[in-house]
Amino acid sequence: MKLRANAVIGLALVGFFVAAALIGAVWTPHDPLKINILQRMKPPGAGFLLGTDEFGRDVLSRLITGARNSLLIAVLTVAGAVGFGALLGLVSGYARGVVDRVLMMVNDALLAFPGILLALGLLAVMGPNKYGIVLALALAYMPVVVRVVRGSVLSVRAREFVEASRILGNSEAFTAWRHVMPNCVAPLTVLATSMLGWVLLAEGSLSFLGLGVPPPEATWGNMLSAARPYIGQASWLAIYPGLCISLALLGVNLLGDALRDHLDPQMRQ
Amino acid sequence: MLSFVLKRLASALPTLLLVSVAVFALVRLVPGDPASLMLGDMATEASVADLREQMGLDKPIAAQFAIWLGKVLSGDLGQSIQFAMPVRPLLLDRFAVTAAVVVSAVLIAALLAVPAGMLAAWRHGSAWDLGTVATATLLMSVPSFWMGLVLLLVLGLHLGWLPVVGYVSIASDLKAGLLYLLMPVLTLVLVESGVLIRMARAATLEVLRLDYVAHARAKGLPERLVLGRHVLPNAFAPTWTLIGLVLGNLLGGIAVVETVFTLPGLGRLLVGAIFARDYPVIQGCMLFITFVYVLVNLVVDLVYPVFDPKVIAE
Repeated sequence: MKLRANAVIGLALVGFFVAAALIGAVWTPHDPLKINILQRMKPPGAGFLLGTDEFGRDVLSRLITGARNSLLIAVLTVAGAVGFGALLGLVSGYARGVVDRVLMMVNDALLAFPGILLALGLLAVMGPNKYGIVLALALAYMPVVVRVVRGSVLSVRAREFVEASRILGNSEAFTAWRHVMPNCVAPLTVLATSMLGWVLLAEGSLSFLGLGVPPPEATWGNMLSAARPYIGQASWLAIYPGLCISLALLGVNLLGDALRDHLDPQMRQ
Repeated sequence: MLSFVLKRLASALPTLLLVSVAVFALVRLVPGDPASLMLGDMATEASVADLREQMGLDKPIAAQFAIWLGKVLSGDLGQSIQFAMPVRPLLLDRFAVTAAVVVSAVLIAALLAVPAGMLAAWRHGSAWDLGTVATATLLMSVPSFWMGLVLLLVLGLHLGWLPVVGYVSIASDLKAGLLYLLMPVLTLVLVESGVLIRMARAATLEVLRLDYVAHARAKGLPERLVLGRHVLPNAFAPTWTLIGLVLGNLLGGIAVVETVFTLPGLGRLLVGAIFARDYPVIQGCMLFITFVYVLVNLVVDLVYPVFDPKVIAE
């Protein structure tokens, strides 16, 4: 019962933000970048549903484009981390020997290091921009994927059907891709969902610090960062973007929980 | 025991080595002459030439690394460009602020969250359990920078209970200093409790399911003893590791909270240095934070056998 509530609320929240992002690609109530000093810091009400910011830009429209930016960055980052991480994990678990040992030493060293710090270091070299943040976060979160996939590969490759594929004369690469990889999908799905949450949070933090997507383009993080000096006069500027991040994170977290409970039979009761 | 300690110590070395290579490479990856980068735009030709000589930029890259590592190991992290002072005292100064906030927050969060999570597991399925899990999941979903802004808005501006912006050192004025630290600490306590509650609950549920708990109950031990002697010590071990990870991750993620509350801590120093292209400070911060992170996790792992002696046998 509780499990289903998790999944329903999680799906609804994530669906809501995905829909907002998709609609935002073609339509927003106002132009999210249009500056209008006369309409500066209007409180929420008719005309501007969620008010306007310090440049008179419509907050709702900016939140909608922010959803697109944040979700796009999160999805691209997770796709990159999972794609390359899975490949490295597969190679490492499959090759074993020296390759495995060297890869794992580097990987473990990276794992024993806060991801956000790694991302900060990379951004220090690349400077803040949209693609820099994807690259930095993907690299920061990749080691976890490598670990998880390698672990699954090691346990799967010892099973009979892998042996059978080899005896049938299939190449190692074919066996790895066709028979080993599909068995790593379940843990990888759970990990990718949690990672979506981590990345949303990390992107929000980096944008808040001014190291993410540069203004005037909107992300929830940089909207909050811009709201900080006006918090006394225009509290709505600090409330709505944070509410969006929190609800999106809540959706992803609930979905991740539901997925983990569903895919891990031990948790089914 | 000794081999366990040595093994764990040895496993920290690759991380430290890799990070020092990465931090060394940082300045070489940025386009431009490393010596002028380290001195900033205002440097004179002579001082740049001087530093080029010191850094051994005419020597092979491996020799440059050796020179650099030697300096780092002797505690020489260079000179900050924006503050025109050595990096090391700057780091230690800022670290004191960060450490005060992070350590007290994690301590308070653990003291609240671990009992709450364990209680929820013990009363599995009850209203208390559902309420605790729901609260934890909500807390996990609120980013620290927004939690901070909301507290600022409510406690600082609407209620006017706590100072909104600024910082007073505890050393100069104890009462004012504590007031300024209260909101940052509260922010972190709230944000970090979520994950700790869930971990403590999951670990306790796992243990409650084991045969020896059923056995302890069956032989008529009072519930108090079953929990106190058999469940809690075993359930605490995984939570203990998580506390270490939370502590370490906060060191990396503290910059946002320090920015919200304008605290002069290590995280804000690093972010400010990235904006100012103050490479000696960036390098110093990265090295120092990693070092502390590795050290924290090392200590956590070395204490771990106290809660779970099995790991030594393995």
